[in-house]
Amino acid sequence: MTPDNSPFLELSGVSKRYGGVRALEKVDFACRRGSIHAVLGENGAGKSTLIKIIAGVVQPDEGTMRLAGQQVRFRDPLAANAAGIVCIFQELSLMPDLSVADNIGISNPPRTRLGLIDKRAQRRRTEELLARVGCEDVNPLEQVRNLPLSRRQMVEIAKALGRGPRLLILDEATSALTSSDVLKVYDILKKLREEGLCLLYISHRMHEIEALADTCSVFRNGRHIETFPAGTRSPDEIVQLMIGREMAHVYPPKPEGRGAVPPVLEVQDLRWGDRLNGVSLEVGKGEIVGLGGLDGQGQRELQLALFGVLSGLSGRVLVDGRPVTLSSPAQAKHRSIGMALIPEDRKTEGLMLPMSIADNLGMAAMGSLTSGVFIDPAKERAAIQRMVDKLKIKAGDVANPVATLSGGNQQKVVIAKWLLTEPRIILLNDPTRGIDVGTKQELYQLLRDLADAGASILFYTTDYDELIGCCDRVLILYDGRIVRELQGGEINEKAIVAASLNLGADAKAAPANHSGISP
Amino acid sequence: MNDLRLRLGQNLGLLLAIGLFLLFWLVYNGLHPKGFSTAVLIQNANESFVIGAVAMAQTVPVLAGGLDLSVGAVMTLVNCLASVLVNGSGWQMVLGILVCLAAGTLAGWVNGAVVVYGRIQPIIATLATGAVYIGIALFIRPTPGGEVDGDLSWALTNDVYEFCATYGLFDDGEAAWLAPFAWIPMPMAIMLLVIFLIWIPFRNSVTGRGVYAIGSSEGAAYMSGVRIDRCKIAAFTLAGFFAGLGGLYLALQTSSGNADVPQAGAYTLNSIAAVVIGGTSLMGGSGGAICSLIGAMVIRAISFNFRIFDIAPLLQPLFEGIVLLGAVSIGAARVFRVKNRLELLG
Repeated sequence: MTPDNSPFLELSGVSKRYGGVRALEKVDFACRRGSIHAVLGENGAGKSTLIKIIAGVVQPDEGTMRLAGQQVRFRDPLAANAAGIVCIFQELSLMPDLSVADNIGISNPPRTRLGLIDKRAQRRRTEELLARVGCEDVNPLEQVRNLPLSRRQMVEIAKALGRGPRLLILDEATSALTSSDVLKVYDILKKLREEGLCLLYISHRMHEIEALADTCSVFRNGRHIETFPAGTRSPDEIVQLMIGREMAHVYPPKPEGRGAVPPVLEVQDLRWGDRLNGVSLEVGKGEIVGLGGLDGQGQRELQLALFGVLSGLSGRVLVDGRPVTLSSPAQAKHRSIGMALIPEDRKTEGLMLPMSIADNLGMAAMGSLTSGVFIDPAKERAAIQRMVDKLKIKAGDVANPVATLSGGNQQKVVIAKWLLTEPRIILLNDPTRGIDVGTKQELYQLLRDLADAGASILFYTTDYDELIGCCDRVLILYDGRIVRELQGGEINEKAIVAASLNLGADAKAAPANHSGISP
Repeated sequence: MNDLRLRLGQNLGLLLAIGLFLLFWLVYNGLHPKGFSTAVLIQNANESFVIGAVAMAQTVPVLAGGLDLSVGAVMTLVNCLASVLVNGSGWQMVLGILVCLAAGTLAGWVNGAVVVYGRIQPIIATLATGAVYIGIALFIRPTPGGEVDGDLSWALTNDVYEFCATYGLFDDGEAAWLAPFAWIPMPMAIMLLVIFLIWIPFRNSVTGRGVYAIGSSEGAAYMSGVRIDRCKIAAFTLAGFFAGLGGLYLALQTSSGNADVPQAGAYTLNSIAAVVIGGTSLMGGSGGAICSLIGAMVIRAISFNFRIFDIAPLLQPLFEGIVLLGAVSIGAARVFRVKNRLELLG
């Protein structure tokens, strides 16, 4: 590289830990003006943390960042913005009740002599920006909440352009776009590249990266693995770089040679808004079925839908061959269905942190621990002790607040709480996130024991190892649909990653699936 | 016109409130022996001003996604203060009025500071500060009474003509150019001034829009570089000003001060009802002070009708509650529809 082509943004030795988890480990990374730089990696590879550090959302524990040769450190997103770093996050940052014009002008609106917002100038600027992204059909007065998701994402891009970025970060910015919009975005990005902007592009869609990127960087387990010019590696090689070789956990053996099992849970063509686009699946008695795929392809919504949390569903759900309507968690939990959901975020959805371990354990099974209308303390105590023993929950006293436990033990409490209801169908949502390896192994064994005892388990995890090690079958979701079912020997990392990226047979058809989705 | 349709669509709640108000108010005037006369209009305007101001006060924190349970208390506090300060010579009265408005504004600022720097939820922070303000009001005026300048009271609770006549302005109000405005009740004129000089500029300021942004999505507002703390404090401060204005007017209207605790509570609760009837979302982000003013007028218009329909006083709360429930349900239906869609993705 010649000296005048020095990096615009340069990170050296950047590390970040969340509790005991290393999100980034001594990362060196650089990107240049006038190029589109793709960042690739599995879930949890450290991509999000990387861009959050660059955008000032989180601060690195160590390491330095240089912008145009100057060392910088951003306290908050405002400071990063001031330096010309603009980020389009995966979760939209629009205010739904405000109009398109107000959203685009939120941080620095044009003002009149009196210091008030100049609505006319703001509207003109909004129209210019919308025209630039090819969204002339959007009325600047429209409230953002009334726009379809794909338009919202275009407004988000217009908003980012309105801030005059020098470094533009796009984190999955095309995930909700229709295919014609994607082409518009390509053109805009190429134009920005010619104008000398530095673009960081994070996407799970391999064909987008092939079409756009000049340089690719692969991350794995919080480390920067390799940076190479685009087009010098085949998609296969890139996948190989992304998964690496590391089988860290020990799993209980899977039952061999089982025949067809009668389905306990059947789902037929389940749809919800634009997040679930016709999911059909079956889970048999004693089976552990894995849900895989990239983050946010509808796995979470599928489980919430089954648990009766979402309204406005279409499709059929059958339990033991009988159609059931799912309108609340209380109903899903009822003996006739016997469902349990171990939620993703144990701190908000799984536990009542200030309440005692015992109260938390008894919460879901309250109905079966009564004599008459009152809770029977003796029954409750016995049930709780049974669970503490069974799951080896390391608690000094069950009267202590559950917040005093370690993450792994908290997760055990969440699971034990639901086991007390004696569920026949167990939905797990990434239950091993942020817990230590030892506890993970105990949980794997527990899941297998439950399945052997006749429970049907639908197991969503972002960890591919767990899909391979734990599951009898694996269903890969992409864009709210199941794109691939893997069984037996097919369940390997390469097949999972390829299916998650929707490579192969239907890769070309993928963007077209977005059309016809109503908000 | 496309823009017009959009604007109408975004203000359905307000249009509904205006319709309700017109319905109740026209029925009242139609059946009133002196219906549609200036005298009735002045009386109605006087009786609506305080609840209108308190409802406007409630609106601003609600827009930012919080509730202010101290608006009735601030109103009462300023009412008691005014019963002590607003009399004497001309400049003393002007100073008294300024001190009263400043006291309300300060009380609002304190609310905002407690919420922002104390990191306490608005509903509980203002429950506490409200009790403090009532305490101060009781200290100022342990028993109802006090005195407010009679001329000022007369001039500000009548129409524009009387105001000019009292203070010898514009040829005692006989000036020809004034004739088209002479019938306007003073409370209405003051309210219009407040809306045009304070509310609309606030709404169009960066801070004001920040308030809407916070109520709509605080996280997104933060990521967009909105100065959250400043906007929240401004919201509560403006609420204090509006509530103080209501208290000051109550003193003029009744010529006295009264640290009436149940009355303060009733004003606070009615202010919330007015906000909802006016079409402002209790979750924040949409609506406005003008909407709530109309909402307050709906509530008042309902009670005017009791005078006509000769309902036994003991039954009045029952009917008021039923009509209110109906009105709020209509206003709230919109909110429910919106909520359903996003239920769990928040």
